[in-house]
Amino acid sequence: MSLHDLWYLLIAVLFAGFFFLEGFDFGVGMSTRLLARGNSERRVLINTIGPFWDANEVWLITAAGAMFAAFPHWYSTMFSGYYVLLTLILLGLIVRAVAFEFRGKAEGVWWTRTWDFCIFIGSLLPPLLFGMMFASMASGIPIGENMVMRANFGDWINGFSLWSGLTITGLCLLHGLTFLTLRTTGDLRERARKMACRVLPGVASMLVVLAGWSLVKTELFEDRFLLWLIAAVIGLVVAVLAGYFLYRKKEGWAFAMTGLLILVSVATLFIGLFPRVMISSLGSVYDLTVSNASSSPYTLKAMTIVACVLLPFVLGYQVWSYYVFRKRVSERDHLEY
Amino acid sequence: MEILDLARLQFALTTIFHFIFVPISIGLSFLIAIMETLYVVKKNNKYKEMAQFWGKFLLINFAVGIVTGILQEFQFGMNWSEFSRFVGDIFGAPLAIEALLAFFLESTFIGLWVFGWDKLPKKVHLLCIWLVSIGTMLSALWILAANSFMQRPVGYTINNGRAEMTDLVALLTNGQLIWEFPHTVTAAFATGSFLVAGISAWKILKRRNVDFFRTSFKLSVIVACISSIAIALFGHSQAQYLVETQPMKMAASEGLWETSSDPAPWTLFAVIDPESKENKYEVKIPYLLSFLSYSKFSGSVQGMNELQAQYEEAYGPGDYIPPVRTTFWSFRIMVGAGTLMILLGLYGAYMTLRKRWDKIKHGFYRAMTFAIFLPFIANTAGWIMTEIGRQPWTVFGLLTVDDAVSPGVSAGEIWFSLISFTSIYLILLAVLIFLFVRTARKGPDLEEQHVVSDDGFDPYAAKPERGGGQVVTP
Repeated sequence: MSLHDLWYLLIAVLFAGFFFLEGFDFGVGMSTRLLARGNSERRVLINTIGPFWDANEVWLITAAGAMFAAFPHWYSTMFSGYYVLLTLILLGLIVRAVAFEFRGKAEGVWWTRTWDFCIFIGSLLPPLLFGMMFASMASGIPIGENMVMRANFGDWINGFSLWSGLTITGLCLLHGLTFLTLRTTGDLRERARKMACRVLPGVASMLVVLAGWSLVKTELFEDRFLLWLIAAVIGLVVAVLAGYFLYRKKEGWAFAMTGLLILVSVATLFIGLFPRVMISSLGSVYDLTVSNASSSPYTLKAMTIVACVLLPFVLGYQVWSYYVFRKRVSERDHLEY
Repeated sequence: MEILDLARLQFALTTIFHFIFVPISIGLSFLIAIMETLYVVKKNNKYKEMAQFWGKFLLINFAVGIVTGILQEFQFGMNWSEFSRFVGDIFGAPLAIEALLAFFLESTFIGLWVFGWDKLPKKVHLLCIWLVSIGTMLSALWILAANSFMQRPVGYTINNGRAEMTDLVALLTNGQLIWEFPHTVTAAFATGSFLVAGISAWKILKRRNVDFFRTSFKLSVIVACISSIAIALFGHSQAQYLVETQPMKMAASEGLWETSSDPAPWTLFAVIDPESKENKYEVKIPYLLSFLSYSKFSGSVQGMNELQAQYEEAYGPGDYIPPVRTTFWSFRIMVGAGTLMILLGLYGAYMTLRKRWDKIKHGFYRAMTFAIFLPFIANTAGWIMTEIGRQPWTVFGLLTVDDAVSPGVSAGEIWFSLISFTSIYLILLAVLIFLFVRTARKGPDLEEQHVVSDDGFDPYAAKPERGGGQVVTP
């Protein structure tokens, strides 16, 4: 395995980690409107992710930083190409993060409602838009000479991308609900489980349609039908298991399954793309690949050493922080947010 | 040209805005770490209450700092894709390391610190805030390593039209970084401590929780004093380095068209006319520029006209003179604000260390409240000088701003993001100020049950009317 392949894998892992971790943050954010009844329940929900959301978001920042360092052309083409879409994602992430912090720092109906709205919309928009972005990346976008991408709105707003965005959003909601069954108590915990049971069939059928649509619409599975088949089978089994565990109230297992659904989706995308990182709709000569988009061998080597030294610590203290805050949150507790 | 101007405007606005919050995070987390250390060492609850009270400001600020920071990282790719392609090898690496090393550290441990008061042992909890503080400084180190490369490229080779890294260690030992980093971090300490000192001064004037705020004032004004002096010393070294490596920036910041006499006088004030390349009116202080440039009272400094001729020879025809008036005045604003900070810091530290609380005039407290703004003025002016003074280069000597901008992005798209980000940022700033004022008004939540502290002195027990945070606006 060459170094640029390794870095492609690492970036895939970072995105997978981001969607797994921030996925439930987004889901919890959506649940503040869809599940919570009244202000104190809403506060409980926000506090379940209180100590974590910030570090979870850093997975995205690190993924983008790793793209910049290891694949400057990928970073440059993608970030300038999806200009409007990324602007909207940023706006969503901005209002959501400050809303967590601001919401509890003053009182008033108007105040609380504004930040509640920001939390909801800021948790809904990013997964929707990320889903749209990755769908359009998989379908191919007009990248021409000098790796410059000139996309129209139609290149990322279309039936397929919207479907993909909605599916990812639904998946995050489901994942957030199973997370809540692990972090809340009593009535709220039970309602989260019931809602997850109701949401699951819908999300699963959307995933099935997305899988079929991807097969015909994208270039991910050309001469890789086997990949598609394996991903589809695993996805189906995991979805069924998620339903079973939810029904049997095995919440930890159910959470693992919804997380696995996210990981399988991200993995399928990145394996399907490989060795391309951006697919040009103007012809495969314009494709960005792990080799033509990558940094010099020296940078990749230096960064590999840095990553190998730092990653174990990062993973270690993040796991520890989840261990410290393993206790369920209820209205009787001291709520920071 | 319109796209380039818009992209530059957006970068200027978002970066200046981001750098309002960054120094607060660095400075405040450092001060809070000191407060909590005092709590753990002295076992005096007052310091815990201080850490918790000032922690509220840190948290409000932290969230805004993070979200405006994500935009910074994305912006290089969005607006400056050709820059990112050209230097991605070198510029991306410190950014990725910053995320891995610093962002994970700060974000995880700030969560542990906020939510962990009752869940973690005292010393582990103290370690958390120190790790946050170290994280903020490491973050500054790596982003400044990237910026230093733009000021003075090192450890690279040009290959296939791109700059490729040949030496990661050289990025960290860059002479530019060696002065820029301590200059920036001490400026951040000063920013945080003037904020704490200013709010404390205001509360002392209002006679709310006087003992609590006197302790905060004393601690912060001492840090403010030390760091303000340190900023000036590091800044002096940085200026000397500037004369060697970016003489054009130095000449522009002095409004020096022709090479100076030996010894060189420092221009306090000038009416600069960039069209005719001369100054209409000047007030000069003899010897001072020689001292600033070389730490001795002799030596001449090269002027812009001579440098322009040299650069044309080296880099081909073009205009290599940055916007002179902006560079000249931003430097003077920075130095002026910095001088005021040193004077206020010295006086405040002297009075509090001598325990002359009764002798401190109301006017001084009032001045300290307004002095909250001084570091922000100095920080912003300093960055404007650094970045505008480098024009027309993005990476000095290698890439101009014209060649750095994204070719595939339209003016309409930049307008869209510029308007959205600017309006959201203005709202955020307004809310942040509102919350700062509100939190300051409300005052600390003092625990009523803590009656005896270990040193046997408890001001709240004797004067219960000061206790509790219920006393709101007078």
